[in-house]
Amino acid sequence: MNNASLLDVKNLRVLYEVRGKRAPAVDGVTLSLEAGDALGLAGESGCGKSTLALACLGLLPHNATVEGSIRFQDMEVIGAKPGRLRALRWAGISMVFQGAMSAFNPVKRVGDQVVEAILLHEDVSKREARTRMRELFEHVGIAPRRSGDYPHEFSGGMRQRVMIAMALACNPPLVIADEPTTALDVMIQAQILNLLAQLREERNIALLVITHDLSVLAQVADRVAVMYAGRIVEEGSAAELLTGPRHPYSKSLVEAFPVVGDSLSRGVPAGLPGDPPDPAARPPGCAFHPRCPAAFEPCDHIDPVLQTYGSRRAACHLVAGEEA
Amino acid sequence: MSDQVTPEATRSGRAVRRARRVQTLRTSAGLFFRNKMGVAGLAILVVFVLMALFANVLAPEARLSVTNAPGAPLEPPSARFWLGTDELGRSVLDLVIQGSQISLLVGFFATGISMLIGAFIGIAAGYFGGWGDVILMRFTDWFLVIPFLPLAIVLAAILGQSLFIIALVIGITTWPGTARVVRAQVLTLKERPYVERARALGAGHRQIIGRHILPNVFPLIFANTILVVAVAILAETTLSFLGLGDPFSVSWGSILESAFSEGAISLGAWWYLVPPGLCIVLVVLGFTMCGYAFDEILDPRLRKR
Repeated sequence: MNNASLLDVKNLRVLYEVRGKRAPAVDGVTLSLEAGDALGLAGESGCGKSTLALACLGLLPHNATVEGSIRFQDMEVIGAKPGRLRALRWAGISMVFQGAMSAFNPVKRVGDQVVEAILLHEDVSKREARTRMRELFEHVGIAPRRSGDYPHEFSGGMRQRVMIAMALACNPPLVIADEPTTALDVMIQAQILNLLAQLREERNIALLVITHDLSVLAQVADRVAVMYAGRIVEEGSAAELLTGPRHPYSKSLVEAFPVVGDSLSRGVPAGLPGDPPDPAARPPGCAFHPRCPAAFEPCDHIDPVLQTYGSRRAACHLVAGEEA
Repeated sequence: MSDQVTPEATRSGRAVRRARRVQTLRTSAGLFFRNKMGVAGLAILVVFVLMALFANVLAPEARLSVTNAPGAPLEPPSARFWLGTDELGRSVLDLVIQGSQISLLVGFFATGISMLIGAFIGIAAGYFGGWGDVILMRFTDWFLVIPFLPLAIVLAAILGQSLFIIALVIGITTWPGTARVVRAQVLTLKERPYVERARALGAGHRQIIGRHILPNVFPLIFANTILVVAVAILAETTLSFLGLGDPFSVSWGSILESAFSEGAISLGAWWYLVPPGLCIVLVVLGFTMCGYAFDEILDPRLRKR
């Protein structure tokens, strides 16, 4: 029993009901996050990363059924009453949304939208909330004077900064960042990631960063979990996993990025042909075997289990064979 | 902090915001006034609204007394009676001026009712969806397919004849269009990421509707309002012409009705028929032109470059 964990996800399954079929988007995920931890969640589109994040906030659409358990600070999120869920959102777990352009209401001033977050959860006067909002703006590097502006008057990077300010508004112990740097150019990406890392240090916030861009995780995460077809296929420290991935899928993800500055080994980044499987029609055996460059005999009929190897976990027959 | 005092920094946030609001208003006003159709429509409306506001000064009610009429029956236009007289010897000009008050009043009031019902049902159906949406929309369709006139006649006959009832009848027969338009917009709005963000913030339905949905559908409701006013005024005229209006007050519709029943057409008393008819056409035209101009401001895609 690890009661100390901030977030404890056990055997989480999320099934979407699509045209009478139940398709598992998240299929038995177990992970935990301590206070102040930074965990990166990587994987292709459609592998269940965002569904996992929404499940933590109890924000799944109506056609989703959830099994398993998500405990946040001794509160069971799955099946919690709407009132308790609303109290949990933002005060307990807040979220930096992908594409900050559309996460703001275009007809409201950005400052007011941050104030809204504070007033929803804390019994403070509007004036106090405004003062806090200005401090937050300053904190993320935006002149408080700009708080009266509308979202369209901000650049993409500034909006993402405001989004982060908003995520910090109620001092939550956990911030989920869902593709925090998508659609930003590389310079701004680096700034935003530095800001996240710096705020995490200052406020001891736990971060769950969801991305398909492994270079993002190299900058902000301590640990990385790679997801494929709704399951975690490999998990380990960021340094280990990004330099020496063991699961063939993690390998392909890492190889899909060019190595800058290393002109000899660089070459063309290797792509991985094919698409992730349809959640409603999961291949037998290992879900990755049809695309796996290293698939061998047991892969197409025996489903590998996630096993612990020292500080890492992996679900692959190949890794199991190497370890044995 | 900073020692150099820039003019920007010395101004308080409130002053900056106020200046910006004035600026926004000026831009929208500029767009409106660049639109010739809108300006013409607005000019027409200003004339009629002033006429209605000062009706009792321009045409004191005493002059409309049936027993003590100032002129002879059905006098043609003259220097004394610019638009001639009716069958009782009252000045048609006075009648038209007094009538503007009732026509506009009923028009605005009916529109208010129509907008309230339409916006409420549209938002409720669009936002909550599911069975409630299905039921509310079938209800809306039902009101939409019932021919307006028979329903209005039946309602007016059952509920009685007063200005309030007339406005109510028009209100509850004209809302379905608004409800449909608002619902359609709310359906797209509620899927916007900022609504999901608001939900992630822990906002409840009231907060989301009040702070995120309503401000975004408001321009649509507003543009729709202007167009519904025109419909409502026309509806009031129709009902009054059919004798379902308030018998104690003069509106453009009731002037037309008495002109018709007194045989103004066969008597060739054109001055009795044409002025109220022309007023109705002008007011409806004015509202429609303003409505289209607002549409263009609110929907940049319609704007000519």
